[in-house]
Amino acid sequence: MSQVNPLHYNGGAVFAATGNQCVAIAADRRFGQAQLTLACDANRLFRVHDRLVLGLTGLATDCLTLAERVRMRTNLYRLGEKREPKPATISALVSALLYERRFAPYFVEPVIVGLSGDNKPYCCSMDLLGTPMETDEFVAAGTCAESLYGTGETFWRPGLDPEDLFEVTAQCMLAALDRDCLSGWGAVVYVLHSEGVTVRELKARMD
Amino acid sequence: MLLEQDFQGFSFDLFLRNQQLLRRWSNESKERIENVLAKPPRKTGTTIAGVLFAGGVVLGADTRATEGNVVADKNCSKIHYIASNIYCCGAGTAADTEATTQLIASQMELHRQAVDRDLVPVAAAMTRLKHYLFRYQGYISAALVLGGVDELNGPSLYTVYPHGSVDQLPYVSMGSGSLAAMAVFEARWHEALTEEEAKCLVYEAISAGIENDLGSGSNVDLCVVKNGGRAVDYLRGYAKENVRVYRKPTGHVFARGTTAVLAQELRKYVQVTRVVSDL
Repeated sequence: MSQVNPLHYNGGAVFAATGNQCVAIAADRRFGQAQLTLACDANRLFRVHDRLVLGLTGLATDCLTLAERVRMRTNLYRLGEKREPKPATISALVSALLYERRFAPYFVEPVIVGLSGDNKPYCCSMDLLGTPMETDEFVAAGTCAESLYGTGETFWRPGLDPEDLFEVTAQCMLAALDRDCLSGWGAVVYVLHSEGVTVRELKARMD
Repeated sequence: MLLEQDFQGFSFDLFLRNQQLLRRWSNESKERIENVLAKPPRKTGTTIAGVLFAGGVVLGADTRATEGNVVADKNCSKIHYIASNIYCCGAGTAADTEATTQLIASQMELHRQAVDRDLVPVAAAMTRLKHYLFRYQGYISAALVLGGVDELNGPSLYTVYPHGSVDQLPYVSMGSGSLAAMAVFEARWHEALTEEEAKCLVYEAISAGIENDLGSGSNVDLCVVKNGGRAVDYLRGYAKENVRVYRKPTGHVFARGTTAVLAQELRKYVQVTRVVSDL
């Protein structure tokens, strides 16, 4: 299966969850070529601005292309509007960029998390055609999305504080990564909260 | 060079590349490869339905979105806004129903301003939808139930198929659960339904889809357009009969410090206190 599916060729997983006035996003570190691991310092989380992170899994070349196009359009937005875009604005942008290629798609699954002005969490995932799915719970994408939905359903609960949200997000990620050959080799968790963004590199299995 | 903001319509520039990728990575024959899609896109394997009553129209939908056999969203919204007096249920590929209804919604608002009226005719939305879908020969897989009330025809109800054909009927259903829903309609529908009876009938039809069709599930959403198109009851979560049970009341609590962390950094937000130059 991994041979035919461009979304599974390079591996990778992203998980995001909301909390009380905070939101977290986690990604693994593997960059592979089917069964061969090439690097364990892959970056799937892209900063859009201070309070907005775009997570991309799928075909690595398309992830980078899309991230650069989002960066360009965000810069143009800043120049035109003289303010930072809201999370829902970036969602609409990514969705439009993907749907434009409805019949010849980028092989990516984006996850967008952010905090709006009053620290209200925003969490949204998309399929490769750009269907936005906003949620006030958690979202999963990547080669172990099914496992991530399982761990999320078990561990996540509403109203988590930034510290507890980190533990839950990290444990959801680590548990799911152990059941996936194509993702893993380290993981990173960003927690966006009222003070700033706490970035943590996790100790994970390297097999 | 064409500026990317000026670009309109679908882009096919990755088509050959994607074909090459699939060909390289698969042992399938050339013809089969063209049918290999990386992963099934998100579908709204769905039950949607609508019923006319004397003063208006009731639309209904389930709330499950699927990716293959996985439930991608347990509570998605499938009743889309078209105009203040028109709503549209979507079944098929989620991206297509979402994008198509958004496109027609913006066209209808422009139309409303151009003709300088409060309400636009439902038939105008139906015509735009069928022309748009027909142009793409069914490749835009959006199966729609369109309903609304206008000054021209009163309450109207249509189904628009992905290939661009249209039905106008007093009770309709669409999506993978349409057979279950239609079974309920055929058994219980009668002329002279009241608003409450119509809501109840649509709820039962969607409920039949939720229970009997694997692609449909979770909750029932209803939308009632009435009072000459000037009143809308959007009843999100009208019935929630599939809430999760057997959940540990406290949740699963991890003690802080459970996860081993290799490195940690707090990136504080930049506070802009004074703008010196505004460019």
